[in-house]
Amino acid sequence: MILSVNNLSFKYQAHPVLEKVSFTVKRGEILAILGPNGVGKTTLLKCINQILTADSGSVTVGGFPVSQMGVQEIARLISYVPQKAETSRVTVFDAVLMGRRPHMGFKFSRGDLVKTDGVIRLLDMEHIALKHINHLSGGELQKVSIARALVQETGLMLLDEPTASLDLKNQAEILGLLRRVAKEHNVSMVLTMHDLNAALRYSDKYIFLKDKMVYDSGPVSRVSQEMVEAVYGTAVEIIHHNGYPVILPGPVYQAA
Amino acid sequence: MHFDKGGIPEGYAGYISRKWWFLCLVSVMLVCLAIMGISLGAVKISLLEVVEALFRMPVSGRVNMIVYHIRLPQVLAAMITGAGLAASGAVLQSILRNPLGSPFTLGISHAAAFGAALSVMVLGSGIMGSSLNDAVNISNPALTTGCAFVFAMGAAWIIITISGYQKSSPETMVLTGVALGSLFTAGTMLLQFFADDVQLAAMVFWTFGDVARADYKELGIISAVTLPGIVYFMLNAWNYNAMDAGDDTAKGIGVHVVRTRLLGMTVASVLISVSIAFVGIIGFVGLVAPHMVRRLIGDDNRFLIPGTAAAGACLLLLSDTAARLVLSPHILPVSVLTSFLGAPVFIAMIMRGKKG
Repeated sequence: MILSVNNLSFKYQAHPVLEKVSFTVKRGEILAILGPNGVGKTTLLKCINQILTADSGSVTVGGFPVSQMGVQEIARLISYVPQKAETSRVTVFDAVLMGRRPHMGFKFSRGDLVKTDGVIRLLDMEHIALKHINHLSGGELQKVSIARALVQETGLMLLDEPTASLDLKNQAEILGLLRRVAKEHNVSMVLTMHDLNAALRYSDKYIFLKDKMVYDSGPVSRVSQEMVEAVYGTAVEIIHHNGYPVILPGPVYQAA
Repeated sequence: MHFDKGGIPEGYAGYISRKWWFLCLVSVMLVCLAIMGISLGAVKISLLEVVEALFRMPVSGRVNMIVYHIRLPQVLAAMITGAGLAASGAVLQSILRNPLGSPFTLGISHAAAFGAALSVMVLGSGIMGSSLNDAVNISNPALTTGCAFVFAMGAAWIIITISGYQKSSPETMVLTGVALGSLFTAGTMLLQFFADDVQLAAMVFWTFGDVARADYKELGIISAVTLPGIVYFMLNAWNYNAMDAGDDTAKGIGVHVVRTRLLGMTVASVLISVSIAFVGIIGFVGLVAPHMVRRLIGDDNRFLIPGTAAAGACLLLLSDTAARLVLSPHILPVSVLTSFLGAPVFIAMIMRGKKG
């Protein structure tokens, strides 16, 4: 599975949001899309799986143009974790089971149920499997969305702020798990994140978006102070720790 | 990937079987209510005789006559329209993402009333009859029904066209529906203002829903639309579940959200229009039956849709039977009873739900 985005442009009515964005993701690779609020990260993700239709440019997965696939076919290749999920009175188990929909025939098979249970165990959610999702905390709900995307068994996962409402422990666990899935099962991932340090720590590559375009891209070790300062327009410091760049926002006012 | 290390959790199997039990229970209740509905009325027929008549065992000609020509069509009409209105309400709540979704939210009922009023006034299909209880008659029921249906579908068509143009945002649908509802209500008022006594009486009489209006032929038409409609809803249960989790989530798992929403709207509109056109306006069932069932078994549309259909049938059947008995020999409009019976139960359930 190789994702390739070529010269993708998108506008909301007359407002251009993305202009000539290009990048590729190899099998098992994790790409972090970074950039300030409102720069078009979510829009870019939605253009990849055709929730939004790009005005020009192309998206191919494994060499096939996504724009020529049906929604069902796309859902078998690409799973998507949106930033926001709605709740209703259904159980966690049923909410995750829904991820098997692109593979289901007339109804869900025993295998679908078994896979759902497997993912629920993987994410340590057995104890809430029969809880209604409208009673979950924000973090638990986010784990449900991620579990649904995992059970979909796709070669490419798009994750929009997957850890925004997770606490430190869950954030580390989920990102660690996603990385393990990416490496062990050769699943490619594209994620957006505001937490630069978590993004750099768990991803292989980055692209910085600025002014509708790709400002810079490369392996995470290449991220530099000038780059971050230029993209976000604020002063930062970068220190290197075990090969990861760690970004410290600053300068901090020091009392005399 | 291999997530095949799991099993089916025991709790889940139990949870699902409880839902099936609920469906069985409501179905049994429906059958009991139907037999009761046939038995009770101005002439009381014993339950045994009802069952005998239904199974074509020899009973007196009078009993046979009452069962097959008066009570049975009425009971069937109550069941089918109740099921159709309630299931449509449940689906509309899902696809409009709005707990107030019901046959009334979309202005379809108001449009039907306007259509009926127009046919009475302009096409002269209403007269005061001097029949048994000095009842007002609609002299040309087919014309009135047709007119009501055309206007109901017209309102639905406007909403669907506008929201199709707007990429079917649920807000657009609800707001357009509310606006159309008020437009048609104003239109009906205007007609009523200029109507003479006889026409006014016929218009008002039409709006009192009455399941006794439908004969077997009309029942056939209502069922031919309603039953496939409910089956269509049930086949889409997982799509509606996905849409309950948010449009983006649903699109991510391969649901044609826009198409599902527009088709669901269309099917619901046809169901509602047919029911209302033949039996008049019956309020509250489409709103309250889904919410009662939601409170009892949750929002999973796999069980919610059949459960709501059965519960709606029960509610309308109960109301219709009560309408015949409360002030016997006078028959109250059934829509009065749906609200009188449904509202207190509903409010009690809301209050109990808040505590738990």
